[in-house]
Amino acid sequence: MTNGFDEAINDIDVAPGDEHADGGGVAQRVVGYLTGLGLAILLTATSFFVAGTDLVWQPSIPVALVVLAIAQMGVHLVFFLHITTGPDNTNNVLALAFGVLIVILLMGGSLWIMANLNHNMMPMDQIMQMQR
Amino acid sequence: MLGKLTWDAIPFDQPIPMIASGVVALAILAILGWVVIKGYLPYLWREWITSVDHKRIGVMYTLLAMVMLLRGFADAIMMRLQQSLAFHSPGFLPPEHYNQIFSAHGTIMIFFVAMPFMIGLMNFIVPLQLGVRDVAFPTLNSVGFWLTATGALLINISLIVGEFARTGWLPYPPLSELAYSPGVGVDYYLWSLEISGVGTLVAGINLVTTVLKIRTRGMSYLRMPMFCWTTLATNLLIVAAFPILTATLAMLLLDRYLGFHFFTNEGGGNVMMFMNLIWAWGHPEVYILVLPAFGIFSEVISTFSGKPLFGYRSMVAATMAICILSFMVWLHHFFTMGAGADVNAIFGIATMIIAVPTGVKVFNWLFTMYGGKVRFQTPLLWSIGFMVTFIIGGVTGVLMAVPPVAFVLHNSLFLVAHFHNVIIGGVLFGAFAGYTYWFPKAFGFKLHEGLGRAAFWCWLVGFYVAFMPLYVLGLLGMTRRMQHYDVPQWHPWLIVAACGAVLIMCGIAFQIAQLVVSVRQRAQLRDETGDPWDGRSLEWATASPPPAFNFAVLPRVSGEDAYWKFKHRATGQSRLDEEPAYRNIEIPRNSATGFVCAFFATMMGFALVWHIWWMVAAGAIGAFATFIVFAWRDHDEDVIPALEVARIDRSNWAQRSAILGKEAAE
Amino acid sequence: MSTVALTEAHQGAAAGREWNGPAPKRIVTGYGFWIFILSDMIMFATFFATYAVLVGQTAGGPTGHDLFDLRNVAIETAFLLASSFTCGLASIAADVRSKNWFQLAMAVTCVLGLGFLTLEGQEFASLVARGAGPTRSAFLSAFFTLVGCHGLHVSAGTLWLLTMMAQVFTKGFRPDIQRRILCFALFWHALDIIWIAVFTIVYLLGSAK
Repeated sequence: MTNGFDEAINDIDVAPGDEHADGGGVAQRVVGYLTGLGLAILLTATSFFVAGTDLVWQPSIPVALVVLAIAQMGVHLVFFLHITTGPDNTNNVLALAFGVLIVILLMGGSLWIMANLNHNMMPMDQIMQMQR
Repeated sequence: MLGKLTWDAIPFDQPIPMIASGVVALAILAILGWVVIKGYLPYLWREWITSVDHKRIGVMYTLLAMVMLLRGFADAIMMRLQQSLAFHSPGFLPPEHYNQIFSAHGTIMIFFVAMPFMIGLMNFIVPLQLGVRDVAFPTLNSVGFWLTATGALLINISLIVGEFARTGWLPYPPLSELAYSPGVGVDYYLWSLEISGVGTLVAGINLVTTVLKIRTRGMSYLRMPMFCWTTLATNLLIVAAFPILTATLAMLLLDRYLGFHFFTNEGGGNVMMFMNLIWAWGHPEVYILVLPAFGIFSEVISTFSGKPLFGYRSMVAATMAICILSFMVWLHHFFTMGAGADVNAIFGIATMIIAVPTGVKVFNWLFTMYGGKVRFQTPLLWSIGFMVTFIIGGVTGVLMAVPPVAFVLHNSLFLVAHFHNVIIGGVLFGAFAGYTYWFPKAFGFKLHEGLGRAAFWCWLVGFYVAFMPLYVLGLLGMTRRMQHYDVPQWHPWLIVAACGAVLIMCGIAFQIAQLVVSVRQRAQLRDETGDPWDGRSLEWATASPPPAFNFAVLPRVSGEDAYWKFKHRATGQSRLDEEPAYRNIEIPRNSATGFVCAFFATMMGFALVWHIWWMVAAGAIGAFATFIVFAWRDHDEDVIPALEVARIDRSNWAQRSAILGKEAAE
Repeated sequence: MSTVALTEAHQGAAAGREWNGPAPKRIVTGYGFWIFILSDMIMFATFFATYAVLVGQTAGGPTGHDLFDLRNVAIETAFLLASSFTCGLASIAADVRSKNWFQLAMAVTCVLGLGFLTLEGQEFASLVARGAGPTRSAFLSAFFTLVGCHGLHVSAGTLWLLTMMAQVFTKGFRPDIQRRILCFALFWHALDIIWIAVFTIVYLLGSAK
C-alpha cells in the first residue's frame, strides 16, 4: 500500500525495536547491546545468588527476586527492545503501559479472587465426606 | 486411518439435523452450480476470495454474519417452540439435542454473528473515515477473515458429522471435561473457537495499528469520527482479552486430550479457575460487541440530526473509560459461586460505576438530537429503538450488579432476558443501523426504505413480546436451559415469548425481502453523489462504491466533521476546486494466502476433533508452506496508472459538479 | 466536494507537530508486531496466573523444591541471554546490510536457541521419567504448560530464524525482509523477558523452601 505522501516526512514516531536515527555507528550500537548484556548477566547472577543464600533475612528473598526480575525486564526493554521515554516512543510506551495494566489486573485479580474462594470454600475432601 | 471417525458419527436416526443439513447442502450446491454455470467462478476468485481490499473483506465479514444469523435464529425459534410445548410433555426436541441447540445458539450468535458483523463494518468504514487507502496489513486482514469463516464452518459441520457441545455457550468444567462429555461436541467448540480466535486477534491487531498509525494528513486523534474511537477501544479490548480466551480454552484442551489437571475434580485441579479466566475474557467481550455499536449510533444520530455530535470529547473519554473499566468487573458473572462479601461488594460497585460512562453516552445522543433537524429514516429508527431498549437492559444490569439480587436471579430467565436486552437492543440494532446507513456506500444504492421500516417495527415489537415475558418468568423462578417443566404459571408466558420469536422472524423476512427488492430496484435507489444521507465524515467524500484506491488524492483534514466543512465551502463557492495532479497509485496485490491458509486450518481443526493425526501434520505443514510462498513472492503491489486514476475520479467529479450546479440553480 | 476540494485546505498549517499522514511501513509493521507481542504477554500472564493459583495443588506428588535443578536453569538462562545479544548483532548487521555478519550472528543465535531447547527437553524428559509428568498433579500440569509454552515460542522462533536466514540468502535485504527481521528481533527479545519471569517465579521462588 502506498500512503500517498513522502515517507520521509513522518518523524513523530519510531518503530518499536528501532534505535534512533542518530543512534551512531556500528561500534556504538554494539556497545549498547554489550551494556545490556552485562547488566542482564549481573542481575541474573544476583537473582540466582539471592535465591540460594542464607546471608539475608529469608522472608525478604521473594521480594528481592521480584524486584530484580522487574529491573532486568526494564534492562531488556531499554537495551534490547529500545523502548525509551523519548517523545518518538510515546505510542510504543502507551501500548506497553496498557498491556502491563491488563497483566496486573488479570494476575492480581485472579490471585485475589481465587484466594478468597478457597478461603470461603469448604475443603474438597470434606465435601466428598459429606456426600458419602 | 480416520481416527475416531466412523459412519456412526452421522445422526441418521435424528430427522431434524438430517433434514436441516440436507437443505443447507442443497442450497450450497445450488449456489455453487449457479456460480459455475454462469461463469462467475473466476470473478469470485479474483475479486472476492483472494481480495485484500478492506472493503471487500468487510462485506464478506458482514455477509458471513448475516448467514450465521439465520442459523442462530433457527436455533432460537426451535428453543422457543420447545419451551412453549414442553409443559407436562417432552416437546419435540429430545434433551441431548435441545442442549446442543442452546449451546450452538449462544456460540454462533456471539462469535459468528455479532463479532463478524461489527468487525466487517469496522473493516469497511474505518479506513474510509480516516481518509486512507487501506488497513495496516491487507493480506493479514484476509487471513483473519478466512480463519473466522473456518470457525463458522467447523461449527456447522458438527451439525451433520458428530455432534455439538451440550455444555452451554461457555463450556464450564467439570461438565466439559472428558469424563462427563466424552463425545466430540466440546472438541468442535474448542477448536472452532481457537481457530477463529486467531482470526479475531489478527483483525484486532490490524485495526489498532490502522487507527493509530494510518490516518490522513491532519487527522489528529481528536478529529477522528466517533466510530474510529470506538473501533480503537474495541480492538484494544480484542488484543487484550482474546489471548486470555485462547489460553483458557487451550488448558481445557490439554485436560481433554492429554489428561492434564487444570479444571478436573481430581489431581488438584480447580474448576473455579476456569470460571475466573473465562469471564476475565468474557466481560471485555461484551464491550467488544457493544462499543462499535455505540460508535455507529453516534455517527447515525449526528448525521440524521444534521448536527455535530454533542459532547464529542466526553464521548471519547467515556469510551476509553469503558475500555479500561471493562477489565475490572468480571467477577459479577459468578457472584454466587463462593467469593466472600468483600470481593463481591467491590466487583458489584465497579460494575455499577461502568454504568456512568454509558449514561454519559446516552445523554450525549439525546442532546445531539435536541434542537436538530431530525430525519426519521431507518438508521435513525434503529438508533431510537436502541436507546429505549438498551436503557431497560442497562437498568436490569445495574439491578443484577447488586450481589444479593444476583443471588436471587442468578441462572434464571431474568438473566437471559437481561443479556438479550442489551445484545439485541444494543449490538444487533447497532449492526442493522450501520448496515442500512453504510449499504449505499458499499454498493452504490440505498436499501428500500418502506421494507426497512417494516423490518424495524417487527424486530422492535417482536423483541419486547419475546423477552419481557422472560423477565417475569425469571421472577417466577424459572431457570434457564430447561428442556421441559411442569409449573402451570410459566406456560402462558412461554407461549407469548414464542409469538415474539415469530414476530422477529417476520422482521428477518422483511430484511431479506428488503435486500432482494433493493437489488431489483437499484436503478431507482442509485446513489449518484456518494453522499446519500448528507453525511459529515470522510467516507462520504468518495464515490459509492468507492474505487479500489478509495481516494484519488488523500484528503487533508483541518477539523472535526471533516467532510461537512469541505462540502459547505464548496456549496458556498458554488464550485468544486481545481483538479489535482493525479499520480500513480500502488495498491496491495491480491493473495490467496488467506483462503489457502484457512483451507489447511479447516483440515487441521477437523482432524484434531477426530484425532486423525496424519491429517493434523499435513494441515500444519500446508499452512507453513503457504506462508513461505507468500513471504517469497517478489512483488506485492500493483500500480494503477495516473491516467486510470484520473478517468475514475473525473466521472465522480463530474457527477458531483452537476449536482452542485443544480443546487446552485435552485 | 470531490476529494479534489479536500486537499488544498490550510496548506500553510503544516507547521508544528500536526499529524503528517500515514506512517512509513517500517513503523506500521513494527507497531503492529509490538501489539501482537503485548497480546502474547497477556496470554503468558494467563498461564502465570494459573500456575500461581495451582502451585500448591501437588495432589500428594512432588513439589517444585523436590524437582527443580537450578544449575540447569542457570545454563538455560545463559544460553538465552547470549542469544539475545547475538540477535542484536544480527539486527545491526541487517541495518548495515552485511550479509556475512548477519548469517553468522543468526547462526549463533540459532545454535544457542537449540541448546536451550535441548536442555529444556532433557529436563522435561527426566521429569516424566521420574513419574512427575504433567498428568501427575495440577501443579505439574501448570508447570509443563507455562514452561512448555515458552519452549514452543522458542521453537517457533527458531523456525522463523531459519526462514529469515534462507530469505536473506536468496533475496537479500529487501525492505520487506528488513521489516521481518525487525519483527523477529522484537519476538526473540520479548521471549527473554518472558523467561525472566519464568525463572524467577517458577524456578527461583519454587525451589525456595
